[in-house]
Amino acid sequence: METHSPLERLLRGIALTLVCLFFMFPIVWIVLMSFQTNETILRVPPSVVFMPTLENYTALITGRLETAAGTLNIDFMGNLWNSLFLSTTSVAIGLLLGVPAAYAFARLKFRGSEDIAFTLLSFRFAPPLLVLLPLTIYFQQLGLANTYGGLIWVYQLIVLPLILWIVRGYFEDIPADIEYAYRIAGHDFWSTFRRIALPLAGPGIAAAGLLSFIFAWNNFVFALVLASADKQPVTVGALAFVTASGIQYGQVAAGIVLSIAPTFALALYAQRYLVEGLSLGAVKG
Amino acid sequence: MSLQLSLKSVDKFYGPVGKGVHAVKSISMDVPRGDIIALLGSSGCGKTSTLRMIAGFETVSRGTIELAGKQVQTLPPVRRNVAMAFEGYSLYPTVTVRDNIAFALKASRLAEAEVARRVAHVTEMLEITDILDRFPSSISGGQQQRASLARALVRDADLHLLDEPMGQLEPQLRTLLRGRIKHYVKERGLTAILVTHDQTEANALADRIAVMEGGVLQQYGSPAEIKERPANLFTGTFVGEPPMNVFPASVSVAAGRLTFDLTGGLDLRYDEAAFDPRVRKMLLDRKQVVIGVRPYAVHRVETGAAARVVANQWLGDQSHIAASFAGKTIVLVEHDRAPLSEGEPIRVEIRPQDLHVFDPTTGLALSHGNELAA
Repeated sequence: METHSPLERLLRGIALTLVCLFFMFPIVWIVLMSFQTNETILRVPPSVVFMPTLENYTALITGRLETAAGTLNIDFMGNLWNSLFLSTTSVAIGLLLGVPAAYAFARLKFRGSEDIAFTLLSFRFAPPLLVLLPLTIYFQQLGLANTYGGLIWVYQLIVLPLILWIVRGYFEDIPADIEYAYRIAGHDFWSTFRRIALPLAGPGIAAAGLLSFIFAWNNFVFALVLASADKQPVTVGALAFVTASGIQYGQVAAGIVLSIAPTFALALYAQRYLVEGLSLGAVKG
Repeated sequence: MSLQLSLKSVDKFYGPVGKGVHAVKSISMDVPRGDIIALLGSSGCGKTSTLRMIAGFETVSRGTIELAGKQVQTLPPVRRNVAMAFEGYSLYPTVTVRDNIAFALKASRLAEAEVARRVAHVTEMLEITDILDRFPSSISGGQQQRASLARALVRDADLHLLDEPMGQLEPQLRTLLRGRIKHYVKERGLTAILVTHDQTEANALADRIAVMEGGVLQQYGSPAEIKERPANLFTGTFVGEPPMNVFPASVSVAAGRLTFDLTGGLDLRYDEAAFDPRVRKMLLDRKQVVIGVRPYAVHRVETGAAARVVANQWLGDQSHIAASFAGKTIVLVEHDRAPLSEGEPIRVEIRPQDLHVFDPTTGLALSHGNELAA
C-alpha cells in the first residue's frame, strides 16, 4: 500500500476539487438556470439564491412558450422524441451492420478489405458541410428529404465507422484459436460468432454503441438541413428558443437538461463498459 | 492395419497458389488407426500448418486429406470430427475449467453421469482435479495447458491433434505425463498427431515420427528407424542429442585398405573386408561423400585418429567431450566421468558399422554401417 503525507493528501484534495469544479460547474449552472426565469438569470451580479420555478419545464412539456412578444407554440417534446427515435434506430442499424462487418474485417482476409475499411473510416474525416449540398439534392430527388429513413441513413455516416473500427479492434484482440476450439468442438461459423466472438467483444460493442449513440444524439448539421420542423431532433429544435423578444435562457437551460438526461443516464449506467471498452487490450485469451 | 488419416501430395501456400509463401510442400503421409504420430521439426518448418490443414482451419492449396475413409479437405472443421489441443490453450474464458473440458461432450448430448465420469478420468490422469471449478484466468499457464489437453483428449473424435501439448510443463511433470498420456490414448484406441520440437517427447510418445524441415517431409518412420537409418543429412543431424558429427571425405582404396580422406589432413583407414561389397562399390563409385557418426559411437582408444580436447562437460550421468578433429569439432559421449582436460591429446576410433554415408550434393543417405540406404 502507498502511504501519503497529510500535505500530499491536502494537495490532492485541492487538485481534485479544482478538476471537479472545472468540469461540473457548467452542468450545475445549467441545472440552476433551468429553475429560474429570464429576469433572475440575467440579473447583475448573478446569484445562486433565487426562487425556483418550474415554469420553464411546464412551457417545454406543454409546448407553449410565453414571451414578451406573445405566445409561441414549440414542439420540444416532439423534438426529444425525434432525437430518441433517430439515435436509437441509427445505432441499432449501425450495430446490426457494423458488428458483422467488423468481424469480417478482423477475421477474414479478402481482396481490398483494408481499402474498404479505410473508406468507411474516411467518412469521419470529411467535414459534414462538404457532403451536405450534394446530399440535399440527391435526397430531394429520391424523396428522402425530411423522412426518418433518410435521416437514419445519413446518421450511418456517423455511427457506422465508429462502430466498425472500435469493434474490429476488439475482435482482433480475441485469440482466433478460442473460436477454432469452439468450431472444432462441433459448432458452425455462425454459432461461433454468436456464442464466442460476440460475448467476448461485448464490452467493446457496448462502448461503441454508447459512443455512437452520443455522437448521433449530438448531431446538428445533418438534421438542420435535411429535416423540417416535425422530424427535427432537440439539437435543432433548441433554435426555437431564439425568439423575436430575445433568447429564452431559462427554457434553453431546461431544454438542455431534458436533452442530456437520456445520454447522461445511459452513460452512467454503462460507464463500466465504456471504460473497459475503450481501454483496448482488456480482453485476455 | 486400417488407415485413419491419409495425406496425399498436400501443399499449402499462404497467398496465391504457386506464388505465395510455400509453407508445406507436397506432403504424403499415412496414419494407421490407433497410432500416435509426432510431427517433429524446428519453428516454421510447416508442422503447425499441416496440423491446421488437417483440422480445417487452413485451406488445403493442393492435394487431398482422407480422414476415417472420407475426403475432408473441403469440409469445415465442424464436419471433420477432429479434436485439438491448442498451443495457446484457447480455453473459453467465460466458463470454468470443468465446463471447458465437458463442453464438447455436453454438446454431443452424452448422459450427465457419463460426462462426469470421463471428465474425472482425464483430469485425474492430468492431475488437474483441484482446479475444475476455477476460471481459466485464475490458473497457471501449465494448468491451462493441461486443461486444454484434457478438453481435447476427453472427446471421442476420429483424430486428436495436439499442438505442443506439454511445452509449458515442468520437466518432472512432463516425464510423468508422457507415459500417462500414451497409456490413455492407447487404452481408448485414439489416433493422435502430436506437433513438437522436443525429440524426447516425440521418441517417448510416438509410434512414428514425421521429421519436417522447410515445408518438406524429410522422413517418416519409427523412432528407431529415424535414429538408426536417417534418410538424409538433415534428419541425421536434427534428430539425436548431441547431434551427429559430419565430415566431408574423399574415398580411396589401396593395398586392401579403404581410406576416408577427411579435409584437414586426417585419414580414417579400414580393412577393405570390413565393408559389404555393395557398400564398398558405392563408396568407390562416389569418391566424394559426407560421413556422419553419432557421438556415442565415437570411442576413445589407444591407437586411432588424433584429436585434441576442446571442452569436457560432465552432465551428471554422461560426459560430453568436444575435440578438434580434422579441422572441425567432433563430439563424443561417454557414460563415465572422463578425466580429460582442455588441450589434452586423445585418439579416437570410429567403427565401420557406425558410419552413415551421405551424398554431398543432395544430402541423401547412401549407406548406414554395412547396409546400403533404401
